[in-house]
Amino acid sequence: MSEFISSNLQYLLTGISVGGQYALIAIGYTMVYGILRLINFAHGDVFMIAGLIMVYATASLPIYVSIILVLAATVLLGVIIEKVAYKPLRSAPRMSVMISAIGVSYLLQNCALYFTGGLPQVYPEIPFLSEKINVGPATTPMVTLVTPVLTLALVIALVSLIKYTKVGIAMRAVSKDFETSELMGIKINSVISFTFVIGCFLAAVGSLLYFTAYNSVIPTSGAMPGLKAFVAAVFGGIGSVPGAVIGAFIIGICENIMKGLGWTAFSDAFTFVLLIVILLVKPTGIFGEKSTDKV
Amino acid sequence: MKKILALLLAGCMAFALCACGSAPAEDAENTGDETTAAGDTIVIGVFEPLSGDNGAGGKQEALGMQYANSVQPTVEIDGKEYTVKLETADNESSTDKAVSAANTLISKSPSVVLGTYGSAVAIAGSDTFADAGIPAIGVTCTNPQVTEGNDHYFRICFLDPFQGTVLANFAKEELKATKVYCLGQLGNDYDQGLINYFKEASKDLDIEIVGDDDFPENNSDFTSYLTNAKNAGAEVIFAPCSISYAQLIVTQAASQGIDMPLLASDTWDNNTVLAAAQGKDVSVYISTFYAEGGDQEFEAGFKEFINSNSENKTNNGGNDMIAAVSVMGYDAYFTALEALKAAGSADPADVMAALPSVTHSGISGDIAFDETGDAVRDTAFIKTANVTNNVWDFVKVQQIAQ
Amino acid sequence: MEKRLKAPVAPEKKIGNIIAVVLIAAVYVLLYLLDNVLPTNSVTTMLIPVLRKGAIYAMVCVSMNLLNGFTGLFSLGQAGFMLIGAYSYAIFAIPAEQHAAVYQYFEGGSIQFSIPQVLSGVLGESGGAFLGAIICLIIAGAVAAVFAALIGIPVLRLKSDYLAIATLGFAEIIRAVFQWDGLGKITNGSNLLRKYTSFSDMRVHAGDTTIKFDSMFPFLIAMLSILIIVLLVNSSYGRAFKSIRDDEIAAEAMGINLFKHKMISFVVSSFFAGVGGALLAMFQTTIQAAPFRSTMTYEILLMVVIGGIGSISGSCIAAFLYIACSEWWLRFLDSGALPIPFVDASIPVPFFRDGFRKVVFSVIIMVIVLFFSRGIMGDKELSFSGMIRKIKNRTKTAAAAAGEEDAQ
Repeated sequence: MSEFISSNLQYLLTGISVGGQYALIAIGYTMVYGILRLINFAHGDVFMIAGLIMVYATASLPIYVSIILVLAATVLLGVIIEKVAYKPLRSAPRMSVMISAIGVSYLLQNCALYFTGGLPQVYPEIPFLSEKINVGPATTPMVTLVTPVLTLALVIALVSLIKYTKVGIAMRAVSKDFETSELMGIKINSVISFTFVIGCFLAAVGSLLYFTAYNSVIPTSGAMPGLKAFVAAVFGGIGSVPGAVIGAFIIGICENIMKGLGWTAFSDAFTFVLLIVILLVKPTGIFGEKSTDKV
Repeated sequence: MKKILALLLAGCMAFALCACGSAPAEDAENTGDETTAAGDTIVIGVFEPLSGDNGAGGKQEALGMQYANSVQPTVEIDGKEYTVKLETADNESSTDKAVSAANTLISKSPSVVLGTYGSAVAIAGSDTFADAGIPAIGVTCTNPQVTEGNDHYFRICFLDPFQGTVLANFAKEELKATKVYCLGQLGNDYDQGLINYFKEASKDLDIEIVGDDDFPENNSDFTSYLTNAKNAGAEVIFAPCSISYAQLIVTQAASQGIDMPLLASDTWDNNTVLAAAQGKDVSVYISTFYAEGGDQEFEAGFKEFINSNSENKTNNGGNDMIAAVSVMGYDAYFTALEALKAAGSADPADVMAALPSVTHSGISGDIAFDETGDAVRDTAFIKTANVTNNVWDFVKVQQIAQ
Repeated sequence: MEKRLKAPVAPEKKIGNIIAVVLIAAVYVLLYLLDNVLPTNSVTTMLIPVLRKGAIYAMVCVSMNLLNGFTGLFSLGQAGFMLIGAYSYAIFAIPAEQHAAVYQYFEGGSIQFSIPQVLSGVLGESGGAFLGAIICLIIAGAVAAVFAALIGIPVLRLKSDYLAIATLGFAEIIRAVFQWDGLGKITNGSNLLRKYTSFSDMRVHAGDTTIKFDSMFPFLIAMLSILIIVLLVNSSYGRAFKSIRDDEIAAEAMGINLFKHKMISFVVSSFFAGVGGALLAMFQTTIQAAPFRSTMTYEILLMVVIGGIGSISGSCIAAFLYIACSEWWLRFLDSGALPIPFVDASIPVPFFRDGFRKVVFSVIIMVIVLFFSRGIMGDKELSFSGMIRKIKNRTKTAAAAAGEEDAQ
């Protein structure tokens, strides 16, 4: 038994850590989807850009200043994207907005390619997070343990923000009914901006943790985590923050178990199989609310 | 607003069209009258990935050619001095962009084409060059299929069957390995091919392959794979993957406290891998085409070339280390010049006819082609990452055990 | 004045059709000339591949438009079906003697015959290649369609974004399966398939002269496919598709079987995506699963949007423009210098370096998406009879105005 644990602990640790990172990205997806009904395909690339900003910032600034700069710049980027690429299309068909999101994702990746020249950028080491520690028989960087704890703390803070604050109530109202909440005097635009602020802030935190663990940034770094995080959001029931987090942990752990079982070629494919199964069995995800079609 | 934008867009398009339509106008004369090559310019095509998975390596290879071009910008054919012009086309490391990139080069009417970095893209572009009757010199594409059955494709590097066997021999002789874990990228023919040859050689050397995993594209979490290797009791991890993954594997192996050596191939000969290994407790062995310190004069010149221009330095990964692929690019350029001299004309057909008998003693060794068009090479250099000095240490020249 | 009165009542349609036929004929003549007569220079070496690839993408775009534009199903699985088509084509078209070389790591593979080669024994080299390629193209489409039917059963019950993400997921799964070593004897795993029948094998050799159909073949197949889709869209099925797009519930209330019609649209679209993938394989002469990632679907989707969702002619125009821009016209942006038109000179521009082309290109796409969200054609079609009518009306009003002036 102890032998079983000692040889498999590493998979579980990695799974939980990866799950935490996906969770931080997934929250951005799920909140934006809840309010705008938009799959924000550019979110994964915002995450990648956050990584690049960190690489360039630490070249000339001390590390803690850089971290603050990364958080601020990522949030700013998210808000700009919303204002430029999504706001003008608010009354357009949903497909147009989604295509705009794909366009933004394409643009961000190409800009990253242009500025980095496509070379992998080495992510700076953040003291404390990069330190090695031993957990039983497994050796792992500190960040593996910090990630789930930090994720849970942030999620609890976020859930209480949504539940108890005025802006949280406004967000919930907007996600229930766009038009009516506007009629009730809620400033739609500021609520949407706030959603993007939260989503991008968490993505930036996620990028700090993610790239500390996997310290290389390339223009397509955001694509896979982004897609997986979106799957996690759907899995947990899109629009639901706790759902996204639980979905992310399930996907992160399952993926690593798959790798441990030797089905490595299908570890990504498995995520999608899981998604399709859940969509068929429970189309609204684990925690999703059932919506009725209005004629 | 909309109208202005539309006009602007249309204007851009029109300009782009003109720009493309015009350059050709004078090129067209070139093709009509190739032997005199309109003026005194000879075009050599550079078919390299400047973006995508292999962008980093492709850029370093192209740097070698550019440096060679700056050293020797002219070639004398039949007593007449011609200026050599490099024309580059980015094939984006992708087989589906290879055809149009190859055509872009052909439209510049080159006498010979150099490249490319990766075998899959070389094979994908091969037929297009064959159709246009333009010879190509592969620089670091190591798959046997590149030259096999092709009269127009030559190459100056060693091949995968050779490299796989060399690495297996090294694992056996120097690393005393009996159990090896293989890790390659799913969908990447380079990784899979080399692993295949490594396995074949292992059979004869009594090395047991205890695990063989594929990781999907854009994967960044390798901890589970490394755990697989550990649990399987492997003594060496063989991971001949592309540079962006190499960096991740090195750092994660270090942070996970993996004490077995990482063994890899020519793709890992890159300073980003070295940077990742700095100050960490990890041992990395690679096989490559050239070991630093082989030719002082060349190295001094190349370093000056890198440092003279910030863009060159960025393309070289931010420092002035010499990658083996740059050396190969440099040698490929001079091999092409030799071929032009031997052909006595800039006509691609003449160059193709002359190429099989061309020899050149380059920085990376003597180059001569066998009947399939492959360079005759029987040695590979093994290097190891020095984790304190940020350099590759030369280990040995490895040959195949007979 | 009198002449106008004598003019027949509705000749526009007839004239429009004649113009269309003449134009199509002109295209084929141009293709023939490009392949066989015109000298190769730097313009034609780029024009030919761009035209071929453009035709292939036009067809794939139209097939995607059938799904997204006409039936309102937001599917992102196109690259997956193209991959199936490309592989199905290649597997059945690799000559027997090449198997050992192509399947170098898989002992020559398990399928040991090639349809074009078998037919060559009966019909001769080029005839066999032609007919064999057609049969393989149909197989390619059929395999893709079968996969689509299987995937469609569960997936088509999902709505909008969920459908999009599920089909995207399926495309990724398909890619992983085709790259898997376990199927290596058929798919060659991660390695390229090559040496299969392609355009150049159909050349007819008559004595010393060789007649090439290299560009005409993809155009022919693409045009036939687009024609079939046009016919489908204009049939009663097409009207049912559009009604589903406009309002699912209303369509159901009118007695349209939602699932059946969605399935027909999905399967037909996938069939032509498969054929398109097979043509792409022929064009590239080598095929590998790696490039068929979701980016490829996004690219096709962008072309559909640029052309106008719900416009077939728009999709075609956009496909040609997109391919030409990305592979030809904008390449000078990477070269480090700005060429001056009509002069052999260029101005060095420091920020024109590798990758700048893609940045400019994505900015152009964003501008189109944001400011011209209806695309080039909106949901209208390019129609010659409509154009003639417009011109006539304009001249009519001009003539009427002139007549009034005369009266005064």
